Amino acid sequence: MEHQSHLLTWITFLPLLGMFVILATPGRAKEFIKQIALISTLPSLLLGIVMISRYDPAGGMQYIARHEWIRSFNIFYFMGADGISIPMIFLTVLLCPICILASWGINDRAKGYFALFLLLETGMLGVFCALDFFLFYVFWELMLLPMYFLIGIWGGPRREYAAIKFFLYTLFGSVFLFIAMIVIYIYTSSFDLTKLGAEIAGTELHTAVGLKWWLFLAMFVAFAIKIPAFPFHTWLPDAHVEAPTAISVILAGILLKMGTYGIFRISYPLFPDMALAFALPIAIIAFINIVYGALVAMAQTDLKKLVAYSSISHMGYVMLGMAAMTPEAMNGAMLQMFNHGCITAMLFLLVGVIYDRAHHRDIDGFGGLAKNVPVYAGISCVAFFAALGLPGLSGFISEALVFLGSFPVFPWITVLSTSGIVIGAVYMLWTYQRMFLGPLNEKYASLPDCNVREQVTLYPLAFIVVLVGIFPHLVLNLFSPTMSNLIDLLVK
Amino acid sequence: MGNVESLSYFVPELILTVAILIVLFADMFGMERGGFDLPGGAALLGSILALISHVWLYSQPATMLFEGMIAHDMFSAFFRGFFLLCTVVVTLMTMYSMEVIHLKKGEFYSILLSICIGMCLVASAQNLIMIYLALELMSLGSYILAGFSRRIGRSEEASLKFVLYGGVSTGVMLFGLSLLYGLTGSTDFSAIQQVLISSEKGIDLTAFTIFLLILVGVGYKIAAVPFHFWAPDVYEGSPTPITAFLSVASKGTGFALLIRLFYSTLLTRSPAGGFWVEVGDIDIDWTFHLAVISALTMTIGNLGAISQNNLKRLLAYSGIAHAGYLLMGVCLLTDVGLQAVIFYLVVYLFTNLAAFLVVIIMVDTQDEEGMNGVRGLWARTPIVAVAMTICLFSLIGLPPTAGFVGKYYLFVALLQGKLYWLAIVGVLNTVVSLYYYARIVKAMFFEPTYTEEPIRVHPVYAGLLTALVVPVLYFGIFWDSLARYARYCASLITY
Repeated sequence: MEHQSHLLTWITFLPLLGMFVILATPGRAKEFIKQIALISTLPSLLLGIVMISRYDPAGGMQYIARHEWIRSFNIFYFMGADGISIPMIFLTVLLCPICILASWGINDRAKGYFALFLLLETGMLGVFCALDFFLFYVFWELMLLPMYFLIGIWGGPRREYAAIKFFLYTLFGSVFLFIAMIVIYIYTSSFDLTKLGAEIAGTELHTAVGLKWWLFLAMFVAFAIKIPAFPFHTWLPDAHVEAPTAISVILAGILLKMGTYGIFRISYPLFPDMALAFALPIAIIAFINIVYGALVAMAQTDLKKLVAYSSISHMGYVMLGMAAMTPEAMNGAMLQMFNHGCITAMLFLLVGVIYDRAHHRDIDGFGGLAKNVPVYAGISCVAFFAALGLPGLSGFISEALVFLGSFPVFPWITVLSTSGIVIGAVYMLWTYQRMFLGPLNEKYASLPDCNVREQVTLYPLAFIVVLVGIFPHLVLNLFSPTMSNLIDLLVK
Repeated sequence: MGNVESLSYFVPELILTVAILIVLFADMFGMERGGFDLPGGAALLGSILALISHVWLYSQPATMLFEGMIAHDMFSAFFRGFFLLCTVVVTLMTMYSMEVIHLKKGEFYSILLSICIGMCLVASAQNLIMIYLALELMSLGSYILAGFSRRIGRSEEASLKFVLYGGVSTGVMLFGLSLLYGLTGSTDFSAIQQVLISSEKGIDLTAFTIFLLILVGVGYKIAAVPFHFWAPDVYEGSPTPITAFLSVASKGTGFALLIRLFYSTLLTRSPAGGFWVEVGDIDIDWTFHLAVISALTMTIGNLGAISQNNLKRLLAYSGIAHAGYLLMGVCLLTDVGLQAVIFYLVVYLFTNLAAFLVVIIMVDTQDEEGMNGVRGLWARTPIVAVAMTICLFSLIGLPPTAGFVGKYYLFVALLQGKLYWLAIVGVLNTVVSLYYYARIVKAMFFEPTYTEEPIRVHPVYAGLLTALVVPVLYFGIFWDSLARYARYCASLITY
């Protein structure tokens, strides 16, 4: 038995502990509840930093905890982290305190909100830490429940519709993952994600190509809905627009990554041959995501909707990279997951800031804001330019890597997809121009600038965006050994 | 085993019989003093004692009782525990429910306990006559209890509908049993099986007819499509504690009856172990026929539930859908399938009784069983709202609730049996069911309430609700023990 580490267990379940403290607190003590919520996300952040600093990129799976859970079905409580999960875990523990700060204005039923938020954090971290398929699935579903309530209770005018749509879509995908999980279990009698790939190769499932094709498809549908890949993307604009700011941040920053994370963690290692067979369809879907998402984003007048569609476009790059399976493309895809998490989180936070002040998000309703809210305009500038892929900021590196790596494999698709960058520049710059430049809209002459709390939520992300833009190897080094192992597995 | 020796295995039923007598006497002499419900207390005590004696008898080896009339095996023991537990809970519900408080209590409890005896006998019968008598014992009682709120029109309607449907379907089933007797010349299961094993070719049509006729009776009990039409009306009209009892115990009886009758006459345990096969030369794809009924039942149940606004009706349709899920396990004819059914029934017991307890609380406190009653419930009584949410998520089958594990177990069995099409139908139904269960959650949490006035929940109800919901969560996370228990119980007596 290998050495057991409890680091990931603490990271995952400390927020849950906070949830119980909040549940035991009377609902009137709103400020106290918010403080507890913030305090209970911080230890996970600190432990997350410890986790990264002690992580050995070449050392394979680390921080392993493995305990028997359900003996009858060979299910383990199995947690561990490698290069694929480390950036995602870090992103989660980083965004959660930020989101708590961004939710400071929530006073309606604050107790429920923050309790559910902490449950959500545990669910998300569990997904990224779990190495047992069953455990993964439990966390994967567990996350849905708080999300449903957070959108449905604290969301915008059409929240009920958005919440149930999100729930139905995701559950529809999950049930196929559920079936695939059970079929794989029946053939291998195992849920161990680190060994399942090898075990499948040793059973009759290996030769049952037709069944494998269906299994891969079933899992892909589950993950594609989360990404969200065309044509399963329609839940996303609704959910993002109706969700409260912090929840939009979580949705775009972390939840979407679970789809691509699932493909890296489960689909690819389990069925490498099917991954090759599906590469072209995934690349085509990626192209549609990139261009279609960008075009639709350009047509939006609601700032939040624009950011939501830009997410669809940006997640397309991740899929394009993972379909190409070259080292540059795969690393680019992984880096894009991390970068998009930071950039889009900033964008949604910025939308939240302006919405709190102006109570609308109509792009054309603003104008010349740079004059009286310089700090806000400055940070927006960083976020917008990072989103359109300006060199020197993090988005550029990952998108360039993806294009670089996928051009030899899918030349035409890649060339066509680069138009997404151009369209991205168009809608981002156009939006910036309409909101911040030109004559000042007199209605907003006395608009207050970002306060300290808002700045605290935005500066760390801006810092990471710039830092990764200049020193991308800081993040790339974390996962490139893991990625090269995965590539070896895929194209051996 | 002879009649006298058998009595020692029959202690729980004997205790129930004594309790029935005490309840009747208590009622006759008007011993309802100081606000304490003496008949109810006696019924509760009797069913708890029966449950204890049942647990005490558990480890006895499988054997035939009363000259082969009934069997004591793990399967019957499981169901006896199931029915007794259900009776305890429903007795408690009844004792504090406003709906039945003005009615004649002695009659109510004595009928409830006799139904319980009937159910235990159905699950253990080894003889056609016995199984029919036991079934009638429970059915007649159920008809009366369904119509117990005599002054309410729809309760009468429920009872009448129940009797008419029940009478016809058990009659049809009796005809099937008589055919079985005619074919084999015996009413004893083991003898029937022996005759069928050595029978010649050419009885397929007869066997199929028997199966169909029996299915009418069983399908009625479990509310399977197309014998489900009575369920929504009867569930809506009956006093809510009885609805809870019908939805769990009566459905359980149906499954016990189906498995007992079907698996020990028309099927035989394969020598290879782990599954059952057709007896003798009968060549009928039982799995397929049952699977089709299962698919229809869950689909129609779920689609029917979507447009319901009355909670009891909604739960009736949800119960139909769950009968469909359970049939997925039965149709496989494997050990794993049976284990999954048993596991699911345990989960269903806790989940559904808790859900109905919430409905009882709604009816008692605001005389409202529609969706309106639960609107904004979160603001009025957060604990009940959260408990109901857990139950509903368990009924959908979302982790970390026991309902998820139950579904997981069923689908493992199903996919092991390579019934992929039924698995797809099953999971898509799960998605459909999310929609209507989420409507209740939405009403409780998202919609504004018409009054902020808090609801005072009776402490007994609060305790009972906790006792029912905690296992739903516990078995959702630590279910190894329950899985092993299901494995242990899924063994029928063989000859």
